[in-house]
Amino acid sequence: MTQDQCKTAVLAIIADIAPDEDLSDIKPDVRLRDQIDLDSMDFLDIVMELRKRHGIEVPEADYGQLASLDSCAEYLTPKFNALTAKS
Amino acid sequence: MNTRAHYDVAILGAGMSGLAAGIRAAHFGRRVCIFERHNAPGGLNSFYSIAGRKYDVGLHAVTNFPREGARPGPLVRLLRQLRIRREEFALCPQRQSRIAFGPRGEESLRFTNDFAVFEAEVARRFPAQIDGFRRLAQLVRDTVYSTDAAPVSARSVVRRHVSDPLLEEMLMCPLLMYGSATENDMDFGQFALLFEAVLLEGFARPLEGVRPILRVLVERYRAAGGERRMKCGVRRIVARAGRVAALVLDSGEEITADEVLSSIGAPETAALVADPESQAGNPRSPHFEGVAKAGTITFVETVSVLDCQPSELGWGDDTIVFFNDSARLDYARPEAQVDPRSGVICLPNNFEYGPGRSLPEGMLRVTCLANYDGWAGLPEETYRADKSRWFAEVQRSAQRFLPTLDEAALAAATVATDMFTPRTVEKFTGHFGGAIYGSAAKNPTGETSLSNLHLCGSDQGMLGIVGAMLSGIAMANRHVLQRA
Repeated sequence: MTQDQCKTAVLAIIADIAPDEDLSDIKPDVRLRDQIDLDSMDFLDIVMELRKRHGIEVPEADYGQLASLDSCAEYLTPKFNALTAKS
Repeated sequence: MNTRAHYDVAILGAGMSGLAAGIRAAHFGRRVCIFERHNAPGGLNSFYSIAGRKYDVGLHAVTNFPREGARPGPLVRLLRQLRIRREEFALCPQRQSRIAFGPRGEESLRFTNDFAVFEAEVARRFPAQIDGFRRLAQLVRDTVYSTDAAPVSARSVVRRHVSDPLLEEMLMCPLLMYGSATENDMDFGQFALLFEAVLLEGFARPLEGVRPILRVLVERYRAAGGERRMKCGVRRIVARAGRVAALVLDSGEEITADEVLSSIGAPETAALVADPESQAGNPRSPHFEGVAKAGTITFVETVSVLDCQPSELGWGDDTIVFFNDSARLDYARPEAQVDPRSGVICLPNNFEYGPGRSLPEGMLRVTCLANYDGWAGLPEETYRADKSRWFAEVQRSAQRFLPTLDEAALAAATVATDMFTPRTVEKFTGHFGGAIYGSAAKNPTGETSLSNLHLCGSDQGMLGIVGAMLSGIAMANRHVLQRA
């Protein structure tokens, strides 16, 4: 999986959690929280959807890595690829 | 007993909170079953049919109407958690509502889903109070509700900003009526949530009332993989070693579950707990200690079905009217069977359903405080006679707060009537004392003396449809999803 595919996967999750937010102009290098209205419950749901859909575990200490799309891709892409390699 | 069913999560009650909790748990892969004694879902916000006519119970209006472009409020946040799009509820905004005080409602404050309208009304009627009122509204906006905060009297906070006792009563009235389990005052945190829900955000409703909301919830729950057993309540909770060991269903079957969420009320849940190792079902058993008593706040509601739209009778403006016929509101269990001095009028026709869309018949609903004991033990004939006597009295009282209408004209337009009492509420919802808003003492953590039994719904948290769903979500998150 490339970093771009990873961003697409994260955006798909956000689109389901917050269908009322406009995601067309999300800047990858800016904190998600500064661009759309996501509260801590929504972030927790992103983590839970990552586990449900992709089997990816994000420990609480790493929640900060999900701040922006770029940091998500940086952090999650190796996890996606590790899973693909295993299966 | 290796044939008995085992679930990750068992939920008692298919009301708003039970369904919301079920959706959360099922969505994240838990094996869930909801057990509901009644044949219809909804609990305190349900529906029934008589002679082909559909009636709602509970729901007058959904609060917290989300305004276009505004920051997501409680309703949008809970819909996100349930993965429901807001269009699915098809909410239509109210026209206007009023708080009407005095023998003929002479003192009247209008409000809509635009808070500026209410602010202007307060400024018009209470010019000396408007600065204090604005400070109070700002304080409400800045208040973050916390379940850990010690309760503070809402009236004491209101009085710091509003010195006119009439304005204080007029502000307390709709908020007490729409969600206080305690008499005459409430916790300020709850006041702030209700102020936001009713006055800052306002009312809306789907054209068909509560049914489409329940349909969406039930369908979402089913799609997430949740199971439902209707007409099959839980008869007994078997406790062993500080945990729920099994649930005995009305059918006699026994099932087990890792976590149990009960939305049926705190005393109602405690009454089901039997511990074979202590005195089974004894009200003095340890599980009954410290459990909240059944609440005292209950209501009667009269329903008149009209052969025309209320607007044709001159009642086309108001959606909801909170009324009280004196300067001081007495929000408490009345001595008599009913207290017709105050109440809530709901005209479900008067929402903006859009061009060409309207309810097929007119409807007038009036809700007044009632005394459970005055209704509970009556022989059937007396019960019926008292119902029809109070029906007339409640209708007469409410009409003082609507544009004047000849009594004969209303009678001529009325094609059917119905009325529920605290006894009806208890019969169909199982809530002791017909307590619409549950126990006076809430249990914000939802924890009980059994480690895997948790409360959700009206004895845990907030009230109304939005509050109930938030409670189910919060308790499922806390006790089911965040445990794994």
